[in-house]
Amino acid sequence: MVKITVDGKKLETEEHLTVLEACLQNGIFIPNLCFLKTRPHPHASCRLCFVSIEGYDRPITACTERVRDGLVVKTDTPEVRALQRSAFKLLMSLHPCNAKLCPTEKPCLLMRIAKHIGVGINPKPLERINRGLPDFVDFGSLYYVPNRCVLCARCIHTCRSINKRPLLTFAKRGIMTMVAYFSSGNDSEVCSNCNACVDICPVAALLPKSAFINFLEAKETHA
Amino acid sequence: MGERSEIGDRYETLRRRIKEELENEQNGVPTIRITMSTCARAAGAEETRKAIEDAIAAFGLSAKIIPVGCLGHCYAEPLIILDYPTTGLPPICYHSVNAGKARLIIQSYLQESDPAFEYIMGAMEENDLIPPVTTFPRFGLEERIVMTHCGRINPWDIREYIANDGYSALAAALTDLPERIIDEVEKSGLRGRGGAGFPTGRKWRLGRAQESNRKVVICNADEGDPGAYMDRTIIESNPHQLLEGIAICAYAVGADTAIIYIRAEYPLAVKTIEQAIREAKAYGFLGERILGSDFSLDVKIFQGSGAFVCGEETALIQSIEGRRGMPQHRPPYPVERGLWGYPTIVNNVKTFSYVPSIINKGAEWFQSIGTERSPGTAIFSIVGNVKHPGLVEVAMGTTLRTLIFDICGGIANKKTFKAVQIGGPSGGCLSEVFLDTPIDFDSLTQVGAMMGSGGMVVMDEDSCMVDVARYFLDFTQKESCGKCTFCRIGTKHLLDILDRITRGKGQEEDLKILEDLSRDIKQGSLCGLGKTAPNPVITSIRYFFDEYVAHVRDKRCPALKCRSLIAYYIDLERCARGCEACVGSCPVEAIFTTKGRKKAIDQSLCVKCGECMVACPKEYDAVLRVSPPELAPIIERPPMR
Ligand SMILES: Cc1cc2nc3c(=O)[nH]c(=O)nc-3n(C[C@H](O)[C@H](O)[C@H](O)COP(=O)(O)O)c2cc1C
Ligand code: SF4
Ligand code: FES
Repeated sequence: MVKITVDGKKLETEEHLTVLEACLQNGIFIPNLCFLKTRPHPHASCRLCFVSIEGYDRPITACTERVRDGLVVKTDTPEVRALQRSAFKLLMSLHPCNAKLCPTEKPCLLMRIAKHIGVGINPKPLERINRGLPDFVDFGSLYYVPNRCVLCARCIHTCRSINKRPLLTFAKRGIMTMVAYFSSGNDSEVCSNCNACVDICPVAALLPKSAFINFLEAKETHA
Repeated sequence: MGERSEIGDRYETLRRRIKEELENEQNGVPTIRITMSTCARAAGAEETRKAIEDAIAAFGLSAKIIPVGCLGHCYAEPLIILDYPTTGLPPICYHSVNAGKARLIIQSYLQESDPAFEYIMGAMEENDLIPPVTTFPRFGLEERIVMTHCGRINPWDIREYIANDGYSALAAALTDLPERIIDEVEKSGLRGRGGAGFPTGRKWRLGRAQESNRKVVICNADEGDPGAYMDRTIIESNPHQLLEGIAICAYAVGADTAIIYIRAEYPLAVKTIEQAIREAKAYGFLGERILGSDFSLDVKIFQGSGAFVCGEETALIQSIEGRRGMPQHRPPYPVERGLWGYPTIVNNVKTFSYVPSIINKGAEWFQSIGTERSPGTAIFSIVGNVKHPGLVEVAMGTTLRTLIFDICGGIANKKTFKAVQIGGPSGGCLSEVFLDTPIDFDSLTQVGAMMGSGGMVVMDEDSCMVDVARYFLDFTQKESCGKCTFCRIGTKHLLDILDRITRGKGQEEDLKILEDLSRDIKQGSLCGLGKTAPNPVITSIRYFFDEYVAHVRDKRCPALKCRSLIAYYIDLERCARGCEACVGSCPVEAIFTTKGRKKAIDQSLCVKCGECMVACPKEYDAVLRVSPPELAPIIERPPMR
């Protein structure tokens, strides 16, 4: 066990944990989207889990830092919040929130993060970016909603490592980066409808087709 | 010690044999060295070579043509160096030798023993008859280590490298302890030339200390910066120096595999290095039991497909492993866990290329060049509005002013200097007040630019700094791997805002958003691409703030560059009665005849291409540009019949 201090509170945690896990296990929330315990190397792409750690001159991501005895962590310094808000607004500039159509349980994770760091769920003062992407992309037995996706890659990792299927991957670059579905047609490389990716997605960007029918219906009645 | 002196003897014997071989081959016959690097080929070196061959055949001469790499004088390509020993003259360098000139020079010098003075750039050695090239500021002020033999030796013939003591450093290294090699490199203070300037000796020591049954050395020749071509040129001009450096590194850290990661868009460099590896193997400098020692090294080439981000070491490793080139969080650093999980030492082409000289001449010699914290030289490819663009190697600590004005001849076309962008797309734009900044890792970082990999773009008064920042952000934004939030989305917002400002749609608040967002992207990004991408924005706002304000507040582009913010008009005082030069040049027929058979521009049709300005005869110079566009006088177009 190692002893660390978070926001003035003394905690005892297991060794080998990341600061993020240690905090979450002790009921201290740190915004995060891309962390996955099963991932041997942190993806560290969402850039929301910043904390301030004594001895570092700038905020660092909690999902990439391991606990050590005597670590002094602060989760809510102005610098930490500034970075988190900035990252969150960037994400929201690609994620038009349409709560009525979104199947996530409310308040969704993004709403909770917004509340925690004290911002609205709009991207202001940034403008919304319209990438001209389709509302949904057919992934065989699933639908993918590119404008909801936050590119946390949890689905990709889950499909590959848990199910040993390399069906999901990243495609394109820069702002157009998306998750894509790829199958060579081999039996071992066909979606088994396990829905693990659906379950792991934090923002309901992957939906089984059955659920999606409702989504389309809702959209029509809405319009 | 028996084996040790054997290595030395073996090398000495080989070198002596090769020197004799080369002397016998030359045997008083004139040699014509012609630059055949990518830059020279673009300037027509293939035709020049053909013309020389034809001329030699036509005159029935005997002469040997030897391809060489790049001398660095890209503005004067193709270059030839003619050595005609029996005349008693030193080797002579001729510049801008097109096919016609080549024929004349061959005829005049080889046939009639008259060295054709009018085409001479200079002699390659000191002498009493022909002014040597060293009297040029370019040759005189440069200090060459890595580029010493570039453009002088045949990159396709390992014997020329060996005759110039090539691979002697490897032979010496193999008779020494690996730790001693690392000590020497560490003492020399050599810092990585791939961008960040990490101490090479320290990296090697970390690599050596790793416990692993296998280690890998990677040479980073991805060179993705637009406009940068140092690494390509070095490979095309002296590939064996690089291979020697790689082999010394592998020996020092205990690696048995080396991979050269080179972009597939460099076909000539790929071919050159492939051939060099084959030759080095054949001569026993690579492969099994090098020079009879216990040390073996397998060198492979991996061709990257040209994504900028794949130059980042962790993305590069992903790419070799067959994955999407996405940077990974560090630690672990490649030196701890890299390619296929093995300790991996990644260094830049230039970094490796310094190593043979450091081993041969010693750490103290290297320390004595450059500055205390940035020893050695800096290699830049200088492009943009300078008179003499090209590849330059100068001692660290040389000022930007010396580099731009003395070595590169200053600004072309009688314009004035405005800015210099250093460090590639993620470097900074510096204004005139920084011209006396010494070039070294720390000074450049301090003023917001960076050494980067050595790209330098010089800009004159006609460049709009907002537009320049927009150009670089367009590049980084497209090249972002798409992984992390700040880089993927943040750079796109920076681009959109800059774009809006150049179109006259910017608000004063936008400047604050640019600054805040730039700061966050720099702090929050996962890898070096995002961490440096905002540099052009940050520095151009800092050093050219007035220009931004003019765009957002007055909707004016002071450099008269941003199309939405300018207008073209014809000054009736200057326009010549009855001259029609501009009329036909206009692609949209916006030019009409007004009072006194003079011309005017219909602003509602004009697309601001500037063709009329080019077409207007110099003596009238009647087409003018103004910003904001409202300043253009309005001349009514007569109703069309
Ligand atoms: C976006 C990005 C692009 C890079 N491109 C290159 C490159 O083209 N060549 C290179 O040698 N290093 C490049 N680097 C730096 C490498 O990650 C690495 O630091 C370098 O190869 C180490 O070699 P050195 O110690 O000899 O400098 C790049 C880094 C980043 C973040
Ligand atoms: S679809 Fe969901 S799980 Fe997959 S990358 Fe996007 S946000 Fe993450
Ligand atoms: S959870 Fe740490 S960067 Fe996403």
